[in-house]
Amino acid sequence: MRRLSWFNTVSLSLGFAFLYLPMIILITYSFNEGKLVTVWSGFSTKWYGELFRNEAFLNAAWVTLKVAVMSSSIATVLGTMAAYVMVRAGRFPGRTLFSGMIYAPLVMPEVITGLSLLLLFIAIGLDRGVLTIVLAHTTFSMCFVSVVVSSRLVTFDQSLEEAALDLGCTGFEAFRLVTLPIIMPAVVSGWLLAFTLSLDDLVIASFTSGPSSTTLPIKIFSAVRLGVSPEINALSTIMIGLVTVGVIGASLTSKRSIAKRQKDEQEAIQ
Amino acid sequence: MKRLGLILVPYLWLLALFLVPFLIVLKISLSDTELAIPPYTPTLDIAEGWEGIKTWWAGLDLENYTWLASDDLYWKAYLSSLKIAVISTLLTLIVGYPIAYGMSRAPDEWRPTLMMLIILPFWTSFLIRVYSWKAILSNEGLLNQLLIYLGIITDPLVILNTNVAVYIGIVYTYLPFMVLPIYSALERLDESLLEAAEDLGCSRFTAFWLVTMPLSKQGIIAGSFLVFIPAMGEFVIPALLGGSKTLMIGKVLWEEFFSNRDWPVASAVAVVLLLLLIIPIVLFQRNEEKQREAQK
Amino acid sequence: MSDTARAPVCVFAPWDDIQAKPLIQFQNVTKRWGDFTAIDDLSIDIYAQEFFALLGPSGCGKTTMMRMLAGFETPTEGKILIDGQNVAPIPPNKRAVNMMFQSYALFPHLSVADNIAFGLKRDKMPTDQITARIEEMLSLVQLNKFANRKPHQISGGQRQRVALARSLAKAPKLLLLDEPLGALDKKLRQDTQFELMDIQEKTGTTFVIVTHDQEEAMTVASRIAVMDHGKIIQVDTPAKIYEEPRSIYVADFIGDVNLIEGNVSRTTEGHATISWAEGQNELTGIARNDIIPGSVATLAVRPEKLNIYTSRPKDQSNVIKGKVLDIAYLGNMSTYVIETPTGQQIKAQVANTRRIQRRQITWEDKVWLSFTETAGVVLNQ
Repeated sequence: MRRLSWFNTVSLSLGFAFLYLPMIILITYSFNEGKLVTVWSGFSTKWYGELFRNEAFLNAAWVTLKVAVMSSSIATVLGTMAAYVMVRAGRFPGRTLFSGMIYAPLVMPEVITGLSLLLLFIAIGLDRGVLTIVLAHTTFSMCFVSVVVSSRLVTFDQSLEEAALDLGCTGFEAFRLVTLPIIMPAVVSGWLLAFTLSLDDLVIASFTSGPSSTTLPIKIFSAVRLGVSPEINALSTIMIGLVTVGVIGASLTSKRSIAKRQKDEQEAIQ
Repeated sequence: MKRLGLILVPYLWLLALFLVPFLIVLKISLSDTELAIPPYTPTLDIAEGWEGIKTWWAGLDLENYTWLASDDLYWKAYLSSLKIAVISTLLTLIVGYPIAYGMSRAPDEWRPTLMMLIILPFWTSFLIRVYSWKAILSNEGLLNQLLIYLGIITDPLVILNTNVAVYIGIVYTYLPFMVLPIYSALERLDESLLEAAEDLGCSRFTAFWLVTMPLSKQGIIAGSFLVFIPAMGEFVIPALLGGSKTLMIGKVLWEEFFSNRDWPVASAVAVVLLLLLIIPIVLFQRNEEKQREAQK
Repeated sequence: MSDTARAPVCVFAPWDDIQAKPLIQFQNVTKRWGDFTAIDDLSIDIYAQEFFALLGPSGCGKTTMMRMLAGFETPTEGKILIDGQNVAPIPPNKRAVNMMFQSYALFPHLSVADNIAFGLKRDKMPTDQITARIEEMLSLVQLNKFANRKPHQISGGQRQRVALARSLAKAPKLLLLDEPLGALDKKLRQDTQFELMDIQEKTGTTFVIVTHDQEEAMTVASRIAVMDHGKIIQVDTPAKIYEEPRSIYVADFIGDVNLIEGNVSRTTEGHATISWAEGQNELTGIARNDIIPGSVATLAVRPEKLNIYTSRPKDQSNVIKGKVLDIAYLGNMSTYVIETPTGQQIKAQVANTRRIQRRQITWEDKVWLSFTETAGVVLNQ
């Protein structure tokens, strides 16, 4: 029934144009023949070829992927545990400190997190490399995971767990067989969030990486600091493409599962 | 016992990798710079026992903080960060509010799509999003090309490497953080409230001003903090879009650490930044709690 | 004074007075959204100081009518006149019409007093007058103590009264009430109905109420318009709607009714007789002159109009025989469900005037029902 007024139409169009035009321009110029990113000189995919021949970028991409998979997986386990503790464990000594440590990294400037972790690694004599980046990324992304998961746990009907216990489950079985499957979507989106944060992070990785473990954002940053390069445009296009496919795919899947559930419920009524 | 394990694992992890590192920062900020590895003194030598701790404790002082206060580079950087963060938060609000409003008035079937369009940039690389403006804002960039082509200007505007570019970068990258909380406040707004206001004699505009605005206040506050807090410590945007004159404390800290290798001063800069951020963070938390209560 | 208007000596019935000028006139109003017709060529007059109820199931168009009066919707065709003036060009904020919303739509960020003052401030009323008016409205709804509370700090019933006070504060010519009591529980609803009537009489404002609750409409309204699918089926006083429904739809929608279908055997002045089942007496009820002998018609009779006997009653014309299928004890009355030999079920209601209910009638008993010739109405299909 509702229709948009002209004002809302204009503000939405301008808003989304602002959000998307820079990325569209970036993608367009990745197919530019010339070296200059501001002058169009014909269509070409040569920069993609260059990119795939660039060992340094490929190595950095591989490191980044490894770090992201490892850190997001550990962060998901730890974050889910932390969420469970926050929502279910009740009172325990140091609870305030615990919740403070969960929320603080969310708002902590990255430069401070990065600096403090680096100083820790130096103090305990840990050589900087993939391991230190994984530790750093796990620490801040587990907090994001725990926020996502605990918002789902709060609305979770606790009597389901009690029913499982009543029917003979141990505490862990009740979690594995009842709670986990139900909060799974939140756990998955927590993992995805942690994965993206890790892929994306420049500042913390710069502090905690060693010379042999340069990640992709560090590589991109040092390349674009001086100016624009068509190779980076090509790389960005690939990354934007992957994310777009991923996000749209995920939203379609969840839409379909909601639609299916509604249909099932409808059929069950009839 | 199991419960204890469940609590201890994440607890210890955060203690070791969040709290302890921060205490180290605090400690180093009280130490002196030294041309050595590590580049500060005193270092705690446990082997010397109690005496070692005593000399270590005696070696700590507030010298770095007095240094921060005396060198106007630092407080200028703090002030300039504050200024940039405040201005860009306001700009983000001005750009974001109409978008959030438009979304909340859109037909129901459009909303999930609009929502996805707002969130999608959030999942794409922050670095790439900032970088995308370089080609637009530079002197030979597309914006200048367009403006010259339209005959609005004859000489290119210098935008890249100025504070204006930093504002644009912050508004652009943090826009979703502003839009989403305002949208969720506006979406909850019962449309009959606006009809009631009109029924009682308001024009559309006064109804907006007297009803919609006050009722989206908490969304505005939440969104503003979500932009302001990270903008304060921002590094990537001033580094890529700002110029040599763009002073932001995140950049100063970075340079102090990586270029000057002055770890104690960098640590002191970090401690002061954190102290400055505690006020908005606490205010933000209060606002969130208020909102949660109001929803009950 | 409105008090005299309702006094028994001078019956308040402007709709019977040809001289009376209606306050609101709907003239052939149609409202369409795309293919959907919400209001279908509807005409109706509503008079000043009436308490007028629009009654119908959800989706019948009653809310649309109200929203057109308030100015939130415009008719696709036809005209709406208030005081003889076409209101089409007047926006909602300029109409001397106020509305009480179903959700109450109280501004959550304003106190009770500020909610009431909201409309007055829009009219640039001087501050001291606003203060006086707030006091007056708060006393009217007995909420003086709660002036400084926020809407979420008062009960549902109190919120309802604040909403009423707010919409009455500007002294509108016409007050629209959209399911005003829908959110209240049953007991509170009954008390509030009387309060609403009281306030309506005190202020002399014309009330138009939208409701799907027929009991509520019966209680409060001076006239009821029964609506269905964008059309008005019947407009009448509550008593006439109940006692003399003009269609099976109205008879069935309002209250409980027995519908007995049969063939019209004969008609006399104002009455019609139908034969309806083999072995049963013919039944007579009042009828309008559109009932033609030989046609199929339905006799509608309310359960409380039926008497129940254990032996065949003498000198009664309308008699139905059957056996008791079910008895429901409701406290103040009992409902008997009687099954006729042809399998039709008929309900009879008997007031439990004595403490011990009539024990002589029980399940499976053979009984006779009867009613007078003016108790039922014969209606066309």
